Amino acid sequence: MTRGSVIAVLLATVVFMAVPWIVPGNFYINMASQVLIYALFALSLNLMLGYGGMVSLGHAAYLGVAGYTCILLVTAGYNQLTAAVVAVLFSTAFAGVFGVLSLRAPGLGFIMITLAIGQIVWGIAYRANALTGGDNGMSFPARPMPFGFDIQDAKNFYYFTLIVFAIAFFFLWRFSHSPFGASLKGTKEQPRRMRMLGHNVWLIQLLTFVMAGFWASIASVLYVYYNLFLSPHALALQQSAEILLMAILGGATSLTGPIVGALIITLIKNVISTYVERWNSLLGVIFVVVIIFMPYGLVPGCKQLWKRLQSRGKNSAPARTSSEPTE
Amino acid sequence: MTTPALEIVGLNKHFGGLPATKDVSLRVMPGERRLIIGPNGAGKTTMFNLVTGDLRPDSGSVKLFGQELSGMSTQARVHLGLARTYQILTLFPRETLIHNVVLALLGLEALRWNPWAFLTGYRHIYADAQKALAQVGLADGAERVVGETSYGERRRLELAMALAQKPKLLMLDEPLAGLSLEERQTVRELLDKIPRDVTIVMIEHDMDTALSFAERITVLHYGEVIVEGTRTEVVADPRTREIYLGD
Amino acid sequence: MQGQFWIIQTLNSVAFGGLLFMLSSGFSLIFGLMRIPNLAHGGFFMLGAYLGYSLLIRGVNFWVAALLGGLAVGLLGVVIERFIIHPSNRILLAIGSFLDAVIFRPLGLRAFSGAWRGMIARFRGLAGNEQGQVLMTLGVSFIVADVCLLIWTGDPMTLPAPPALRRPLFIGGYSFPTYRLVVLGVALVAAACLYLLMERTRLGAMIRAGVDDREMARGCGIPVSRLFTIVFLLGATLAGIGGVLGGPILNAYPGLDTDMLPLALIVVILGGAGSLLGAFVGSFVVGFLYNFGIALVPDLAYFVLFLPMVLVLMFLPQGLFGRVQL
Repeated sequence: MTRGSVIAVLLATVVFMAVPWIVPGNFYINMASQVLIYALFALSLNLMLGYGGMVSLGHAAYLGVAGYTCILLVTAGYNQLTAAVVAVLFSTAFAGVFGVLSLRAPGLGFIMITLAIGQIVWGIAYRANALTGGDNGMSFPARPMPFGFDIQDAKNFYYFTLIVFAIAFFFLWRFSHSPFGASLKGTKEQPRRMRMLGHNVWLIQLLTFVMAGFWASIASVLYVYYNLFLSPHALALQQSAEILLMAILGGATSLTGPIVGALIITLIKNVISTYVERWNSLLGVIFVVVIIFMPYGLVPGCKQLWKRLQSRGKNSAPARTSSEPTE
Repeated sequence: MTTPALEIVGLNKHFGGLPATKDVSLRVMPGERRLIIGPNGAGKTTMFNLVTGDLRPDSGSVKLFGQELSGMSTQARVHLGLARTYQILTLFPRETLIHNVVLALLGLEALRWNPWAFLTGYRHIYADAQKALAQVGLADGAERVVGETSYGERRRLELAMALAQKPKLLMLDEPLAGLSLEERQTVRELLDKIPRDVTIVMIEHDMDTALSFAERITVLHYGEVIVEGTRTEVVADPRTREIYLGD
Repeated sequence: MQGQFWIIQTLNSVAFGGLLFMLSSGFSLIFGLMRIPNLAHGGFFMLGAYLGYSLLIRGVNFWVAALLGGLAVGLLGVVIERFIIHPSNRILLAIGSFLDAVIFRPLGLRAFSGAWRGMIARFRGLAGNEQGQVLMTLGVSFIVADVCLLIWTGDPMTLPAPPALRRPLFIGGYSFPTYRLVVLGVALVAAACLYLLMERTRLGAMIRAGVDDREMARGCGIPVSRLFTIVFLLGATLAGIGGVLGGPILNAYPGLDTDMLPLALIVVILGGAGSLLGAFVGSFVVGFLYNFGIALVPDLAYFVLFLPMVLVLMFLPQGLFGRVQL
C-alpha cells in the first residue's frame, strides 16, 4: 500500500465514523445507513460487473430470498442469529442455482436470464400470499441485539451497518488483489485465452456469482433490519436497475466507484422524491446519460481528469485533449 | 515403440456444409519439431482448435501422450501439458507484460482459487514469470503495459506465456507473422533454444525459417493431409509443388 | 360446471398466448437480428394499451384504435432505434450542425459549439457497445413507464371490447367468451402474415440472412442497418397492437410493462431467439402455464413458469427452435 492510500483509508474511516455528528438529525443518519446498505449491494454486483463483465438485472432477487427467509424464521420464533445465518446461507445456495442457469448464455442472453429469474422471484413474492403476505408485504418484529448491543436508534444502527460494511469492504478489497480476482479480471478480457492457460472460466464466473450473491444476501438482511418491512416492491426490476446504475455511475472497475454511485443515487432519490414524483423518469434519464457520456463511471473519469489537470499544470502549454472529435 | 506426443486419427470437422478438416491423421513423436503448411483455408488453425478443444470435432480422436482428449475441456488439456500461441495476438492489453505471464502461470497453480491472499505476495510466481520473460528477451521493462509495447514484443510475449507453462506439447500458430526480418531471426533463435523435452507443432508461412527448423512437414490442403515426410521428401514431392505453384 | 371451467381457462390461455405472440415475436426478431434484448418492449405493450384506451373513450372504432395505437408505438420504436440505440451519423450530424448554426454560433457560444460536437462523437461511440445499448433500452423503458403514469395516472383503465364481441357465444350448452376467440384469431392472422413475410418475401429473406449471420449479410450487400429499423418498427407495432388487443382482458395499469416483459423473455428462452416458430410455440406454452398456474395454484403461478425454463436452459440452451445463441 502506498502512503497516499493509507491516508485515504484513515481519512475515510474518520469521515464515516463522524457522520452521526456531522449530519443534522436522525433523518440524515438513517440516510447514511441506507447509503451503506446500497453501497454493499452495488459492491457485490460490481464483483460480477466490474471484475467479471457480467451484467445482472436480477440482483434484487437476493433481497427476496434472504429477506423473506429471515423475516419468516424470526416470525416463526427462531432466534435472530439463526435466522440471519440460515437466510444468508439459503440465499447463497440460491445464488448457485441462479448462476448455473444464467451462465448457460454468454453475453447478452445473460442479462435476459437474470432479468427473467429476478422477475420470477418478484412474481412468487407477489403471488404467494400465504407465505409472503403478497402485495401487503411483511413486517419484521424487531432488530436484533448483536452481543447485547442495542441497535434500535438511528445512530447505533448506523454504527452496526458501518461495521458490517467495513468487514465486507475489507474482504472485497482483499479479493480485488487476490489470485482469484486476477483470474476473474482475465476472464472478462480474454475468456478464450484464459481457458487456453488452464483456467476454468465457467467455474470462475460461477464462484464469483455465488460470492456476489453472498454479499448481496448480507446486504439484504441489513435492508430488512433497517426497514423492518419487506414487500414485493423492494424486489422489482427497478431495484435491480438502481443497484446496477450505482455500480456503473460510480465506476465499475474500481472499489470506491460503487460507494460513490450508491451515495449519489440514494441522495438524488431521497431529495427528488420529497419534491416530485418523477423519480422513474429521472432514473431512466440518468441511465441513458451515464451510459453515453460516462461509460466508465465517475471515479475513473475523475481520476483521468485529475491526471490531465496535473500534466497540464506541469507543461504550461495546454495539450489538445483527445476527447474532441478528430474530424 | 514409444507413444507419440500427439496422435490424431481420422479427424473431421464441418462448418455448415463446408468441410474444414477431412479425415486428418498424423503422429508427432516426442521431441519432434513438426511444421504444418498449406495455403490459406487449408484447415491448419481449425486443426489446432480441434486439438486444444476450442472446437469439437464431428468425429475422430486426438491423443496426447497416449491419453484420449475428446470430451475433455480446453483447460483440462492444458493441465496435461498442452500449450499454444495464437496467430491473432490474444493478450491482456491493459495489463503489464509480467502480469500476462503471471496469469499463464496461475492457470496451472491451485492457488488461483485463493480469493484472500495478495497475488503480489507469491514471489516465486513473479520470479518464474520474470524468467520466462528473460527467455524471450523481454526481461527489461516487464512492468510496461502491453498496449504500449511494439508488435514484435507482443509476439514474443505470446511465446513467453506458453513457455512459462513448461508444456510437453507446444503448438505455435504462425509465431513469425508480421515480424521484421531481424525480429524473425530473434524468434528463430529463441525457438532453437527450447529444450528437446518439449515437442513442437508449428504452423508457419515463412518457409525460409520454418523449413530449416522442422524435421518433418505435413502439407494440408482443403482440410486434407496431402503430403507428409521429411523436409527433402516434401520439397521434392510434385504434389507440394502443385499446391504451391500450379493451379 | 367442470367442463365450463376448462373451456374458459383454455380459451383464456390461448388468447393470452396470442397476446404473448404479438409481444414476443417482435422481441425475438429484434434479438435475433441485433443481438440485443429490447427491454423497452414491455413498455411498448403498455403504451399501446394506454393509447388504445384514450382513442376508445373518444369513440374511435376498436380496430382503428388498435391499428393507430400500434402504429404510434411503432413510430416511437423507430425514433428510439434511430436516435438512441443506433444513432446514425447523418441524422446526428444534421441535428448537430442545425443547432450549431441556429443557436450556438449566432449567440457567440463557441464553447458550446465545441462541446456539442464532442457530445455527438461520444454518441456515435456507442455503436458496437451492445451492453450499453441494452441498458439504454432499460432506461427508455423507465421513461416510457413514468410518462404513462404521468398522463394516465395510477388507476387501472379498462378498455371496452368491441360491443359486438362482448356477448359470449353459446354452443352445446357451454358459453364461449367471444372476444378471446377473436384475439386468438387476430394473433393467428398476424402469425400467418409474419410467416409469409419472413418466408416468401425478399425482405424476409434478408432478415433471415441477417439473423443467421449479420456480417455475412452485410458483406452480401444487404442494408443491415435499414433492416434494424424495419424490424424495430415491426416489433414495436406488433407490441403496440398487442397492447390494445390485450386491454379489454388485462386492463392498462402501471406495472403492465414489467408484468409482460419477463413473460416475453421466458417465451424467447423457451422457444429460442430469432425464430418465429419458437416465439409461436413458446407463447402458447407460456400462455397455458401462466393461465392455468394462476387458476389452479395461484400462489405458485410464477414457479410453474420457472421449471420449464430451467429444463430448457439446462438441456437445450438454444431453446426449442433457436436460430442464434442467447
